Amino acid sequence: MKKDLLLIAKRKFTSRLLLGTGKFSSPSVMKEAIKNSGAEIVTVALRRIDLNNPKDHILSYIDPNKYLILPNTSGSKTAEEAVRLARISRAFGLPAWVKLEVTPDPRYLLPDPIETLRAAEILIREGFTVLPYINADPVLAKRLEELGCATIMPLGSPIGSAQGIRTKANLEIIIEQAKVPVVVDAGLGSPSHAAEAMEMGAAAVLVNTAIAAADDPAEMAAAFKLAVEAGRKAFLSGMIAASATASASSPLQL
Amino acid sequence: MNLKEFKAIISAKSNQSLEDLMLAARRETLKHFGRTIQLYSPLYLSNECVNSCTYCGFNRRSKIKRITLDIKQVEKEAQFLRKQGFQHILLLTGEDSSRVPVDYLENAIRTAKDLFVSVSIEVYPLREEDYSRLIAAGVDGLTIYQETYHLPTYHRVHPDGPKRDFKWRLGAPERAARAGMRKIGIGFLLGLYDWRDEALKLAEHLQSLLKNFWQAQFQISFPRINLPAGRQAPIEADFKVGYPVSDQEFIRLLCAFRLLFPQIGFTLSTRERAKLRDKIFPFGFTQMSAGSKTFPGAYSVGIKSGKQFEIADDRTPRQVVKALVKSGYEPVWKDWERSFA
Repeated sequence: MKKDLLLIAKRKFTSRLLLGTGKFSSPSVMKEAIKNSGAEIVTVALRRIDLNNPKDHILSYIDPNKYLILPNTSGSKTAEEAVRLARISRAFGLPAWVKLEVTPDPRYLLPDPIETLRAAEILIREGFTVLPYINADPVLAKRLEELGCATIMPLGSPIGSAQGIRTKANLEIIIEQAKVPVVVDAGLGSPSHAAEAMEMGAAAVLVNTAIAAADDPAEMAAAFKLAVEAGRKAFLSGMIAASATASASSPLQL
Repeated sequence: MNLKEFKAIISAKSNQSLEDLMLAARRETLKHFGRTIQLYSPLYLSNECVNSCTYCGFNRRSKIKRITLDIKQVEKEAQFLRKQGFQHILLLTGEDSSRVPVDYLENAIRTAKDLFVSVSIEVYPLREEDYSRLIAAGVDGLTIYQETYHLPTYHRVHPDGPKRDFKWRLGAPERAARAGMRKIGIGFLLGLYDWRDEALKLAEHLQSLLKNFWQAQFQISFPRINLPAGRQAPIEADFKVGYPVSDQEFIRLLCAFRLLFPQIGFTLSTRERAKLRDKIFPFGFTQMSAGSKTFPGAYSVGIKSGKQFEIADDRTPRQVVKALVKSGYEPVWKDWERSFA
């Protein structure tokens, strides 16, 4: 059987679980969780790392040969701020990949569609591989894909809310129409939420709070790994459609 | 949670157990902030003041040594704090716009901005255009406490000076937000008036600010006037805490705010003693000061000037970090970017 690989900007990954590195109780707990999650892509908030200090502890705990470090622009309110941050990160030798987050509302951290589109345009022109965090807006998803974004990262529900997939109807349209991988990002509070996204046909999911804030982050990371694999297998295996009424086991049996 | 439920929770007749509230508050804090606490340090620039706030050590009637740091001294203090690891700094003054004018603040901010990722101020209320100037100089946060929302009390504890103008102070967060201030911290001084009444006013104030300035990052703090056992007053000999707030009430207040505002950052002051700080921070706090000193020149200049208030947690930043790690929390030194502006 052909190996089921995740392909982002021509780079191959076996894991379909991306991990955020915020909110952990210590770098060693984070490291253990990353290991158990099987993730190959970990995202790091540029606002949290001190690029002038090479011993900065978040980065020194993540082996760049083993993991793709995906810098994110969280905290940016405008396209200009996000672009500046991405440029600084590349100048300091981090990968020219960026998880584009433009969130002018500091409470719900919902992404600004207009600024995100503007920033994506500039960053793609400058040669970055751009993975934009967006609301589950199918038209915006297509517009970003047409610009050349490597993935689309729509939210399931607001960051840290643990509400799971509340944008289902729109996510289904995004997944149906997408030509690039759709990574469901934000709001996944439990492994079953991650499995649900994968069953819907998402190419991958990104999880942070649900793992970092769990009582046992390393075990929770392992649970998410299993859920993502289960959801993916189910999607590939052709699930029977859910039905509201019971059906006889044979269509001929009346 | 809505305001009505909030009011019921903080009511003296509330039968909601404190333990249940604490569990819920910790859960909400974990969801939105994880197991992290951001650290910052205050840096007092001046203790000169034309007001006579009855609870404050900088009261113009206090016979204390008054100084305003010159820029070289500001730099020295800033370098000392930077070496301790701080990346977020809060610059403070009393109120004396002739000795400590906006020009001076601008210079101090520029100096601090060279060393720190984030520079906030806690100074007398300014005009919108002055906030704009300071933002251009590199400031990203403002702290301004109303002290009390109860007008008769406000007038009683601020008998004279420009601070007597209640409305001018109340309007400061809004003027700063209009000028584009990124982070704005508000609060009241616990101990001046009935905390339940004040809490409701603060919640309403915050709700209104959130509606009007959806892009600003609001924060709240619960500075409490503490009287160590056997002591009459913190600094002002004739000041008595009219409405003392017990530890239990303090925790109830904290938890109620966390449940009403799950995503708002809360600041824990070194006014609280170390033992209490270590116990209560997971129930809502997201940032704290450490190793704080409350007079200008305190860290490295070697001048014994007058203090604003007494610190109850006198541990060094290193000791505070150790306690956080022991509790299973990561101390965060940097959570901002210079390029946000």
